[in-house]
Amino acid sequence: MIHSLFLINHSGDIFLEKHWKSVISHSVCDYFFEAKEKAVDPEDVPPVLQTPHHYLITVHRGKLFFLSVVQTEVPPLFVIEFLHRVADTFQDYFGECSESVIKDNVVTVYELLEEMLDNGFPLATESNVLKELIRPPTILRSVVNTLTGSSNVGDTLPTGQLSTIPWRRADVKYTNNEAYFDVIEEIDAILDKSGTTVFAEIQGVIEASVRLTGMPDLTLSFMNPRLLDDVSFHPCVRFKRWESERTLSFIPPDGNFTLMNYHVSSQNPVAIPVYVKQSISFFESGPCGRLDITIGPKQTMGKTVEALMVKIHMPKAVLSANLTATQGNYTYDLPNKVLVWDIGKLNPQKLPNLKGILSLQAGAPKPEDNPSLNIDLRIQQVAISGLKVSRLEMFGEKYKPFKGVKYVTKAGKFQFKCAALYEPFLLSFWTILFFYFTTF
Amino acid sequence: MSVQNFPPIYSTVVEIFQWLKSVYKNISFPEKGSCLSSGRSLAPRGRRSCSSIGCIVSVPFGSHNNVWSTGRDPAIWEADTDAVYAALSHHLWSTFTAPEAKSSNEDLKEMLESNKESLKLEAMKRVVGLIAKGKNASELFPAVVKNVASKNIELKKLVYVYLVRYAEEQQDLALLSISTFQRALKEPNQFIRASALRVLSSIRVSIIVPIMMLAIKEASADMSPYVRKTAAHAIQKLYSLDPDQKEQLIEVIEKLLKDKSTLVAGSVVVAFDEVCPDRIDLIHKNYRKLCNLLVDVEEWGQVVIISMLTRYARTQFTSPWKEGAMFDEDNEKAFYESEEEKKDQTEATPYTMDPDHRLLLRNTKPLLQSRNTAVVMSVAQLYWHLAPKHEVNIVTKSLVRLLRSHREVQYIVLQNIATMSIQRKGMFEPFMKSFYVRSTDATHIKTLKFLFLRDSDAVFPFLFSSSQTYVKSQDKAFAAATIQAIGRCATDISEVTDTCLSGLVLLLSNRDETVVAESVVVIKKLLQTQPTQHSDIIKHMAKLFDNISVSMARASILWLMGEYCERVPKIAPDVLRKMAKTFTAEEDIVKLQTVNLAAKLYLTNSKQTKLLTQYILNLGKYDQSYDIRDRTRFVRQLIVPNEKSGALNKYARRILLAPKPAPMLESAFKDRDRFQLGTLSHSINSKATGYQELSDWPAVAPDQSVRNVEVVEPKPRNLNSESEEQSSDESDETSSDSGKSSSGSEKSSSESEPEQKKKTKTKKAPQKKSKAAAAVTAPSFGPVKTHELLHHMTGKGLSAKYHFPRQPCLYQPSMVAVQVILANSSDHSLEKIHIGDRSPAGLNIHCFNTIERLEPEASVTVSMGIDFSDSTQAANFQLCTKEDQFSVSIQPVVGELLMPSTMSEQDFSKEQGKLLGMNETSATVAMATANTSSQAVSKQVLSVANVGVVSSGPNDLHRFAGRTVSSGALVLVSLELKESSALLTINTEKSVMASMLLRDLKQALALA
Repeated sequence: MIHSLFLINHSGDIFLEKHWKSVISHSVCDYFFEAKEKAVDPEDVPPVLQTPHHYLITVHRGKLFFLSVVQTEVPPLFVIEFLHRVADTFQDYFGECSESVIKDNVVTVYELLEEMLDNGFPLATESNVLKELIRPPTILRSVVNTLTGSSNVGDTLPTGQLSTIPWRRADVKYTNNEAYFDVIEEIDAILDKSGTTVFAEIQGVIEASVRLTGMPDLTLSFMNPRLLDDVSFHPCVRFKRWESERTLSFIPPDGNFTLMNYHVSSQNPVAIPVYVKQSISFFESGPCGRLDITIGPKQTMGKTVEALMVKIHMPKAVLSANLTATQGNYTYDLPNKVLVWDIGKLNPQKLPNLKGILSLQAGAPKPEDNPSLNIDLRIQQVAISGLKVSRLEMFGEKYKPFKGVKYVTKAGKFQFKCAALYEPFLLSFWTILFFYFTTF
Repeated sequence: MSVQNFPPIYSTVVEIFQWLKSVYKNISFPEKGSCLSSGRSLAPRGRRSCSSIGCIVSVPFGSHNNVWSTGRDPAIWEADTDAVYAALSHHLWSTFTAPEAKSSNEDLKEMLESNKESLKLEAMKRVVGLIAKGKNASELFPAVVKNVASKNIELKKLVYVYLVRYAEEQQDLALLSISTFQRALKEPNQFIRASALRVLSSIRVSIIVPIMMLAIKEASADMSPYVRKTAAHAIQKLYSLDPDQKEQLIEVIEKLLKDKSTLVAGSVVVAFDEVCPDRIDLIHKNYRKLCNLLVDVEEWGQVVIISMLTRYARTQFTSPWKEGAMFDEDNEKAFYESEEEKKDQTEATPYTMDPDHRLLLRNTKPLLQSRNTAVVMSVAQLYWHLAPKHEVNIVTKSLVRLLRSHREVQYIVLQNIATMSIQRKGMFEPFMKSFYVRSTDATHIKTLKFLFLRDSDAVFPFLFSSSQTYVKSQDKAFAAATIQAIGRCATDISEVTDTCLSGLVLLLSNRDETVVAESVVVIKKLLQTQPTQHSDIIKHMAKLFDNISVSMARASILWLMGEYCERVPKIAPDVLRKMAKTFTAEEDIVKLQTVNLAAKLYLTNSKQTKLLTQYILNLGKYDQSYDIRDRTRFVRQLIVPNEKSGALNKYARRILLAPKPAPMLESAFKDRDRFQLGTLSHSINSKATGYQELSDWPAVAPDQSVRNVEVVEPKPRNLNSESEEQSSDESDETSSDSGKSSSGSEKSSSESEPEQKKKTKTKKAPQKKSKAAAAVTAPSFGPVKTHELLHHMTGKGLSAKYHFPRQPCLYQPSMVAVQVILANSSDHSLEKIHIGDRSPAGLNIHCFNTIERLEPEASVTVSMGIDFSDSTQAANFQLCTKEDQFSVSIQPVVGELLMPSTMSEQDFSKEQGKLLGMNETSATVAMATANTSSQAVSKQVLSVANVGVVSSGPNDLHRFAGRTVSSGALVLVSLELKESSALLTINTEKSVMASMLLRDLKQALALA
């Protein structure tokens, strides 16, 4: 199973190492650095590398590489999933998962890693159990700790309950009992130049924030569960009940957690909330090009589109952009060649427009392809698939909890392709032949 | 623990004790001159040190020494040294602020030896910081190890971290901590016991192997499943430390495999995999338990259990893949064959899945919904390797879902999908759009997606239109992959070859060099497969030749020219002429091809090219590269006839211009299927250390009965119950984590989760067992009715009784199992009891083996299988002994011709909807008062018919479902209670059976 873990930052420094079996010299990471050198982008480093004596499995999260060393056969996804779980735990504990935060909390990190794996096999990965063993740092506690010299390890060890429901601790008490659910949907779509949908689908997730006393047993049912095509659950959800009744029945973990992920069945047409009118062209003569983009609302279910943002990965030759935006502001990130236009709220009366000149590197050939537009947006109070929670019931406890469901729609990988999807390839063989004979 | 058991430790510890004394003199006393040197501080510090030595060393000598060490609480004398602490901390803080003043390790040592907890803690934190950075902190070992017995939990934990890291390097000193762990193993708190065992087993010091062994053995019998889990982990650690302990460890593994806790299951399977993966016999008895526990095991355990069970199943069950039906294409072939042939084929290989095999598939299926990608992948590979071909498709949707996950997950999943789709084209076709390549994907993801797209022929138009965009992509590595993919498409699908070629030719005028180069290479391969019609393309390439500078592409064009020089007789010499001009400036690979071209042209068109060839061969003769010089020499001998060259140049033409087989354009994933999917070996495409081969299906299944477990006869009420039982009834039955005891009702709201969970299990259990024919565990509902087969008077002393055990028949699934009890009530022994003639003649009976001898007053139970063909017609046969023959008959009750079927309420209603009209029989039954509770109703119905209870809400409608044994026709019984009567409805297509069943049920419900 997992032998050792190295945390490596972007500049290639190993700033933390942990070994669960005997110690492995960090020279093993050299193989990784070699591969990293070769890759253009850190994302391009292969996740699984083979070295003469070890196998390196790496995940890339928040500008950090989590590099694990394994010596024997193990399902690679097992390791990858675990490493992501580690990163999630750091995020959960410290608010973010970055080098500086990990360095600041190195002891807590080390204690966490110690609890999460034993002999390379995951031991406690549920955040509830971990938080009972090692308390997450808070500002108040860190102040108190420095003053009194006390620690962030739980004073009392957990007494039991581990065997039965690993995700919930016993004796949870709240004065305000609340259960909130956020239904968040993301639209993944690719649209071509004319605005036709090439591909669109909706992915959803239900994030829960449950603060309830005791051992509540919740049942969440939907108005239209037929919409859900493919689902995956938090381990607390009872599979059988879902299969027979299409309701979610579970004893919730305490605090924030992801209850389920779902995919909306592809039979239903997907509403595309915005349309884009765009033209980006580069002149044959002279080192410049023209850009003109207008965005308007399409199927928004009567709600306002917010946090609208357009991101364009420009061809390498584009040096600068001299544009005017009727709404919001734009930035051009030269090293990464990314043009970002932050629009904000979409006003249907006055459509936002971005227009102007792109200047190219002198002498560089005209870029072949037109860049595609990535759109980011958010619509509050609506789940674009039409999914609705019908009711939430609680058994097992006497009190009345506050309940709430919130719906949000976001753009996932939402792309407008600018290149036309036809032309040269559809020319028949004979046309080409003709072409050759005439030119010969 | 007595000292005799561990002579090596004894001696070492004594030595260490002496050595340590000297160390302590050196370390803790010489700080004179520092602010610690006041007399007041020295005394307690000295005492403290001694006491900690005492406590550390005491236990190996014998536990009676403990009194001395534990009786003294350091806190007592800590109280009176406040003044010293103040001074000390001041001193240390000043060293913090000026870290350069002293080496930091000196500081840490001082802090660790101080009396104040907070200082020690601070020091330990810094030590852990050093370890985390990979810096060496081993010289602090003596100072750190003293704190192992600290009362402060965090300090202790940090010391544990340190110990695990450095114990291997400082073996002797590490021994000093052992006694602390041994004591902690007896602590009442499970977490302390567990962490002590963890650290003890992590100290890789071979001398403590016996102690570890003992600790593991004890912990494996611990009350707490958490500690048992830790014990399972410790097994692997001990095994890697000392493989000689294997035999003993296997015993522990065997014991832990029997554990019913979901917490332990995963860890012990890991230990099993590591220590004794070949001891498959250990799994037999636990197989069904593991299958049933699987849903509730923690995620990581699920992964290892599933992959272990995959390997297990491959050795124990026969292949569910019919002969010659390995791939879909073959299936199609079978489809087109004439009807009779097909029939023959299916009859020739009757396959029924082992119920245990089915159990595994069924119990893993819900896990496809897991949030853990590793679990989903392992279920997918299980289905891939074990399920019948038509069932594999259920995993596709879940795998496609994983593509939404992190980049790394995508990478692995795509690799596996690629392998799958090569073997089974079309499997992922409905989800094609999920594989649409995005500009934001990482290069290797794009490439994988593309590889995959290529392997699915049907999506060609889609692929092709999108590839055009991909080729223009700025990511050149990906563009190259795209072009290769187009090439592969062109070879695989002959209809589109032309379109592909023309597309590729267009790409030749692309401005990007890599794209052009890649296209040329691919075109070369394509033309090679069908060179006849494409001379114009070769011409076009020749024209482009001047503009192409990538050597691989140039070489490819030259080779093409040479190979097909007869088709382009005018151009080829011209190209050679150009090459002669630039020969010296070319790369080696181009030069080689130029020489080849020259040679080939010389053979076909020597009139025009003789001089040119000579010139090039001369240039080659003096080239810097020996490869080219060699080649030139070889070619010259071959083509230019002279005295020395002998017979070879007669054959020059045949050598150089031999027709060459076209290259196969194959996917990079072609050969990966030799590895189990989802494994590391599959991912890197080479065998990883410790990879265990997936064995082939056995031709004949090994004995199935090895998996049978002797179960304690469950209380009948327990099995009938649907929801009415109270958990208190059963509280004595099992321990809290057994997962087997019964539970309370759905409605009782005060229940906690474990009970709820168990409830679903109880509900599952009877259905599963009965339907899936888990032979021995099948429960018997209510009292078994025994019927007379042969009276001892007529049987001349031989008497026979039979009953229906309601087990699925072991011999053939269409048979009803019958148990016959034969008894000898005569005064002499009976010999050779067997079954003789039978009627009707075609009656299909599986006879019991001949009983050689039955002593007086002895009895024997044998089981037989009878195929009643869903009719209540009696089965007549002769029961023979050595001397006599007795005609007997077994008259089946209609209810026994059924077997229970599992279904949900919805399914029930759905099926019922299909069986209306003629297929429905109903009657109103006057219910006996005793029978109004749902429990009693179930009991009565189940006593008459072998059906399964369909779980339903708390209403007055009771549903039961079964299938007929022979034909598998559904029989649905529903009973709607009204005050004193009830409406009984039976839906089945077997209307005769329905009316008989109705009569029997009516009787049972009215009487009782």
